[in-house]
Amino acid sequence: MSIIREKGSKRKALGLIAYMVFVLLPIYWLLNMSFKTNEEILSGLTLWPNDFTFDNYITIFTDASWYMGYVNSMTYVAMNMVITLLVALPAAYAFSRYKFVGDKHLFFWLLSNRMAPPAVFLLPFFQLYSSVGLFDTHLAVALAHCLFSIPLAVWILEGFMSGVPREIDETAYIDGYSFSRFFITIFIPMIRSGIGVTAFFSFMFSWVELLLARTLTSVEAKPISAIMTRTVGATGIDWGVLAAAGVLTIIPGVLVIWFVRNHVAKGFALGRV
Amino acid sequence: MNKTPNNKAWWLVLPVFLLVAFSALIPLMTVVNYSVQDIFDQNTAYFVGIEWYQEILQDERLRESLFRQFGFSFAVLAIEIPLGIFVALTMPKQGWQASVSLILLALPLLIPWNVVGTIWQVFARGDIGLFGWGLNSLGVDYNYTANSVDAWLTVLLMDVWHWTSLVALLCYSGLRAIPEAYYQAAQIDRASSWSIFRYIQMPKLKGVLVIAVLLRFMDSFMIYTEPFVLTGGGPGSSTTFLSQTLAQMAIGQFDLGPAAAFSLIYFLIVLLLSWLFFTTITHMDKDKS
Amino acid sequence: MAEIVLNNLAHSYLPNPESEQEFALRELTHRWKQGGAYALLGPSGCGKSTLLNIISGLLQPSQGQVLFDGNEVNELSPKERNIAQVFQFPVVYGGMTVFDNLAFPLRNIKAPKAQIKQKVQEVAELMELTDVLKKKANNLSADQKQKISMARGLVREDVSAILFDEPLTVIDPHLKWKLRRKLKQIHEQLNITMLYVTHDQLEAATFADEIAVMYQGKIVQFGTPQSLFEKPNHTFVGYFIGSPGMNFIPVSWEQGECRFGNQTVTLTEQQEAALNATPSTNLKIGIRPEFVQLATSQERIEHSLQAECIHIEDYGTYSLATLMLDEHKIIMRVEEGERIAIGHVSIHFPNESLKLYIDEYLAGEVVSE
Repeated sequence: MSIIREKGSKRKALGLIAYMVFVLLPIYWLLNMSFKTNEEILSGLTLWPNDFTFDNYITIFTDASWYMGYVNSMTYVAMNMVITLLVALPAAYAFSRYKFVGDKHLFFWLLSNRMAPPAVFLLPFFQLYSSVGLFDTHLAVALAHCLFSIPLAVWILEGFMSGVPREIDETAYIDGYSFSRFFITIFIPMIRSGIGVTAFFSFMFSWVELLLARTLTSVEAKPISAIMTRTVGATGIDWGVLAAAGVLTIIPGVLVIWFVRNHVAKGFALGRV
Repeated sequence: MNKTPNNKAWWLVLPVFLLVAFSALIPLMTVVNYSVQDIFDQNTAYFVGIEWYQEILQDERLRESLFRQFGFSFAVLAIEIPLGIFVALTMPKQGWQASVSLILLALPLLIPWNVVGTIWQVFARGDIGLFGWGLNSLGVDYNYTANSVDAWLTVLLMDVWHWTSLVALLCYSGLRAIPEAYYQAAQIDRASSWSIFRYIQMPKLKGVLVIAVLLRFMDSFMIYTEPFVLTGGGPGSSTTFLSQTLAQMAIGQFDLGPAAAFSLIYFLIVLLLSWLFFTTITHMDKDKS
Repeated sequence: MAEIVLNNLAHSYLPNPESEQEFALRELTHRWKQGGAYALLGPSGCGKSTLLNIISGLLQPSQGQVLFDGNEVNELSPKERNIAQVFQFPVVYGGMTVFDNLAFPLRNIKAPKAQIKQKVQEVAELMELTDVLKKKANNLSADQKQKISMARGLVREDVSAILFDEPLTVIDPHLKWKLRRKLKQIHEQLNITMLYVTHDQLEAATFADEIAVMYQGKIVQFGTPQSLFEKPNHTFVGYFIGSPGMNFIPVSWEQGECRFGNQTVTLTEQQEAALNATPSTNLKIGIRPEFVQLATSQERIEHSLQAECIHIEDYGTYSLATLMLDEHKIIMRVEEGERIAIGHVSIHFPNESLKLYIDEYLAGEVVSE
């Protein structure tokens, strides 16, 4: 393409590749370990499994206390995504189109919730959800995660919605659309990619969070990441299974990012650039 | 865009308000309540006013971990922001290379935080971890479970690994928003690559960098899970950051009062610094214009 | 300052173009003389901007050479070519003041401070930017920003050429006219080769001494505004230049008669010779609305064509009549004082203005040099 910028692009590419190697090495190591037997892991360092085995994965997939962890995590993540989108869409529309009493304060208050250090709020959370009878349910975790995902969702969606000209709304009303019909049949399709990006972010926050999820569950809804830490403590350390479980927690993220890869650049600008 | 005043819009935000208030206000009130009481058990508590606040402001351990926290957050920002900008600048603009680098970059962000800790716990071990083993065989005396400097550096490296991607992706999307014509004009005007960075790319990055610095500051200031899994706060208390100190107080020792008091102060510090940072940046913008 | 020569130049945005359609720029050879004021005129997508970017060095051509004063510059960057270019949409360095914006190209070549100051003042005055020099460029209107972009292009004196890529698109109409005059003045003062890309024929004609008309990646005609009007080299030029454009009627050539429908037209000897020589059946005659005449005199009546006037539009000093000539619609310009009414009308095409096009290109002209 342009002449100047092609010079020196080799050096740039090398820098990027070096960084990518840095990103991938720890993951490669985890993957590598997940296919090894514990004997091989502990007997010395091998860059590739000598004694390639699926045993670690088989352990996880045949033991309900393991694989139910994945099911639990998926369940509350999905619930969180749905709840977040359902309530954030109208709210973001309100912020993007109307001025109302306290709008700015409300917006800042929503965002400030991300700034509360979670460690000490755990106990009150535990008490709150126990007292309303939600303790150890998927809904409890999903609702608790809404604290972080909703503000972000409102913020991202508001950015995307502000990019849609108001004339569209006005034309629709003149054509006799009711608000709900306009919103569902016209407006939502127009900010599809914004919704995809929002879903991605709420997935991300809910999937990676452990503290709240662990605090609000004990048996029925216990997330996979919590099961992992428990297993580490109890049985000595079964490195192989631990690594396999870790690898399995990475896979959903990879799938999700694959689907939204074309919107990622815009999404990370939160619809605002 | 001119927004129309319409207080009925409150109906649209009401669900969000109720949901967030449920999970935010009630626990916050509870914490405030703790912070002014001396709690012995579920049923016995005495009102003690601001006593806890006075006590914790003199608590050596909290003060130390606060300083450690500032040091850590500062180091995180000092490394991740420039590195993130660098990575964003080197990323391909289009084609399959762009998709691949986006996906690889986003990978660490999508791994549960305790798994991040586990990955590094394994990766950095001297006996079974590639990183620790590599360093040792290069003749570096490295052991993050015994040496506190090594431990601190490992936590830092892990955070860089985990979160630089966020900065890079934010910057990348900022850079993508610069029209090609700007680069062409700069070439015609004979701008050096430094001038292009300084006068074209940096101004466009400012907005996303504010977000990046805010997010990274907030999150690194509240870091808990990853070092907890990696080092358990040790050796000694070299990697015991604020959240962990507080969690120990509140849950380990059941010193609910002081823990609550300090976490409110902590919350205020984060809020205040974020607010200060945010308003200075936006004011700087306005002054110039 | 330089003479710019393009030699067998072609460009495709695809790595391995297969058909002609995949070329943004088809093979062309052209010479821009030192110190000339030229316009590149054509509809959007015809390859004007591609050509401009190749000349400035922002784009490398797929084939052929770009020569500045006889030296090949293909491999040189815009910097090494020493070119100034103004883009269609304003590009300003937002964080800088207007002064710094204008000084930017000079600072990049490390010009002495005093010279920078003087030159910036001079250009600012020319573009009427003096009173905003201290303001941040970000907060100005689109008009002002584009003036800054243009001023940045003019600030270096020693450039090989200044290229303008539709620079007045975002400018207010009344200001447009003023800026066009300004550019013309500057050109007269500085004697720098200037190349001006536009899709507006009026803009091209007021700025340039000679105009290159581009169509589908080719320069189809290069000449003075007058020659483009009187002797369009290609049906596209006829249609694109002039307002309204030239009338074209497909014709057939049978037994020494040029016909369409029931009517015959008289051609010149040269045109007849050209028709006899070609196997092509893509034949058209073309005449500008300005040259269509009413058949009033005896001589005109002999060679007249019968048409039906179906519509008249009055423009004050003249009117435009729409005529049906068989099934072909043509436009005729009727001057004040001439009379025309809806209904039957006899018209006449003067020989010197009636052009013949074979395969869309002008044919059968008297060669006069």
